[in-house]
Amino acid sequence: MSFKHKDILSIAALSPEDVALILEAAEPFKEVSGREIKKVPALRGKTVVNLFFEPSTRTRTSFELAAKRLSADVINVSPSSSSVVKGETLLDTIRNVESMQTDVLVLRHSSAGAATTLARHVRSSVINAGDGWHEHPTQALLDLFTIQEKKGGIRGLQVAIVGDVAHSRVARSNIRALTKMGAHVRVAGPPTMIPPFLERLGVRVFHHLDEALSGVDVIITLRLQLERQGRSFFPSIREYSRLYGLTAERLQRAAKDALVMHPGPVNRGIEISHDVADSRSAVILDQVSNGVAVRMGLMYLLSQLH
Amino acid sequence: MTLLITHGHVIDPGRWNGEADVLIHDGRIKAVEPKLHAKLEQSASLTTIDATGLIVCPGFVDLHVHFREPGFEYKETIATGSAAAVAGGFTTVCCMPNTRPVNDSRSVTEFILAQAALTKKARVLPIGAITKGSKGEELAEIGELYEAGCVAISDDGMPVMNSLVMRRAMEYASAFTLPVIDHCEDSHLSQDGSMNEGLVSTELGLPGIPNAAEDVMVARNLALAEFTGARLHLPHVSTAGSVRMVREAKARGVAVTAEACPHHFSLTDEAVRSYDANAKMNPPLRTDADVLAVKDGLRDHTIDVVATDHAPHAVQEKQWPFDSAPFGIIGLETALPLTLNLVEEGILTLEQAVAKLTSAPARAFNLPYGTLAPGTAADLVLLNPNASWIVDPAQSYSLSRNTPFAGWTMKGRVEKTLVGGAVVYETLPRQPR
Repeated sequence: MSFKHKDILSIAALSPEDVALILEAAEPFKEVSGREIKKVPALRGKTVVNLFFEPSTRTRTSFELAAKRLSADVINVSPSSSSVVKGETLLDTIRNVESMQTDVLVLRHSSAGAATTLARHVRSSVINAGDGWHEHPTQALLDLFTIQEKKGGIRGLQVAIVGDVAHSRVARSNIRALTKMGAHVRVAGPPTMIPPFLERLGVRVFHHLDEALSGVDVIITLRLQLERQGRSFFPSIREYSRLYGLTAERLQRAAKDALVMHPGPVNRGIEISHDVADSRSAVILDQVSNGVAVRMGLMYLLSQLH
Repeated sequence: MTLLITHGHVIDPGRWNGEADVLIHDGRIKAVEPKLHAKLEQSASLTTIDATGLIVCPGFVDLHVHFREPGFEYKETIATGSAAAVAGGFTTVCCMPNTRPVNDSRSVTEFILAQAALTKKARVLPIGAITKGSKGEELAEIGELYEAGCVAISDDGMPVMNSLVMRRAMEYASAFTLPVIDHCEDSHLSQDGSMNEGLVSTELGLPGIPNAAEDVMVARNLALAEFTGARLHLPHVSTAGSVRMVREAKARGVAVTAEACPHHFSLTDEAVRSYDANAKMNPPLRTDADVLAVKDGLRDHTIDVVATDHAPHAVQEKQWPFDSAPFGIIGLETALPLTLNLVEEGILTLEQAVAKLTSAPARAFNLPYGTLAPGTAADLVLLNPNASWIVDPAQSYSLSRNTPFAGWTMKGRVEKTLVGGAVVYETLPRQPR
């Protein structure tokens, strides 16, 4: 079995075998990050460009560390989205960057489909590091890696994704990845934050958190974007937190040893209570460290194609 | 000067459908009769066009185009838009006022008419703004726009959200029996939407525009038209709900006409899956159920007219990410074959399809075109309903290239277009631009 993709644009475009292969490839790189000298020569002489048109610390740092630990040359470019829209097109920006003989372009953009469109026009491998509300495939892969590590597998698990699914690329990628790998996915949130026809993606939709949490093995809480209150998606942070916040009491409804996950950054006391965030169930920091290993694995697989 | 078009199959909706010759004198239709060529003596002043195997019908009338001049000449000019029009068989086009400046004054209307007169291609009839600057606040000088030559009023693209302003516009316009066109979109409901709200938008993570954004405004406009007695024209009907409400309103006798665009009966939101901004328009491509409803509406004449909403945008604008690219596609050169597909599907007869492009739009705006009645302007199209061709945007006469139909094989081609008895377009040899 080999990896045949030039780009990683979405989980939707990957087969279950592809996902399994990426998770497997990540495994040895986890060990590398634990060494005193955290470096392997796999990408020596390759150039990785992080193009982040949206602010990000966590994801950008994770990609940067992953590439550096693989011995690639890494640069970070953070053009402002507005200047791109007004003058130079995204495509021109990318073509300019690519003219400097890059191998991997890691792209984050506020527009859904930005990575998909771009990949058609460049030779370099494109990794989607988040495009609008569409997908954030490496986040889902690192979530799967973490679940597999803690639970020994993914197939048959009950997973609840809680919060603002409509505006979440993390939710879309995770729904696709988890269902692809045989987990049973439930989503929970207010009807204003559940996009239409979501059940058609193979999930069960709940509007009451207690019901959704009953017996689940994994809970993925989504970050609440606080500015959505002003746009009538929910009445107040207070009410959102009361109805959809994950508390220690609610966690009791989940299966024993259930995992609590969050893509970060966490709004403590809103989508997840302080005690839950710091509890033994929470694997939020494991997600972050696994993120580096998964991204190393992924870039390694892509580099094998060049 | 006298011109005779011989041996064609003439379709003059409601008036003639069969073999006939068309006699044109001094730019006007003189007679439509079988075998005129046998009765007329050959003379030096008689020119003949042999239309054997072709359909001869009135030039098409498009109630909805955007020619971008003044203000956005890099997208389209009146000259390039008119060239695309006649290449698609359209001899009369009504251009929306969302230029810069907005056509809310006599001077802009006169400028458009002057530019159109210079091109000598299609007849370009301006549509004036409903409100000053199309801001939806104060009425434009509708009386003067009418005197200057506007054939309808609209704030196209900028829905008149204030229902009182719309009521007053309808009341005021009825003094001139001017049709009022409202782009039906509740801009609060559509907000930042860039495609149809449904399964595909959920999967793509693109902000959606629900059917309700259109339906709510169609309902309001029908209520206001019924109340004021104004002539209401609903552009680019895209939802099953709109079709249902228009059907019901017509049954009650409301003075409403409606149009559908070829893309809304030829494509669904599945076309957006590749994030190609050439599939982005407003109202957006909807679902199968809506496409079926629009076709039903065309079949039972709930929808009177096929109009293109020809909306050119520069290549680089359509290369922006989907959500930030502008709405709209070009449509003048692909409208005929896409409408003929409805004949193939058994939804319309050939005569009905021609009527939706000619007599019906002319009637909706009370224009003296779209007919071959003796005495009217000799605006005609000669078309081959069976000729196939492949859409190549680079070959378009429009200044822009934004079509979702690139690479499609189309059946039905315009062979010749005449305006005022003069040939303004011939298909072969096709001049490279």
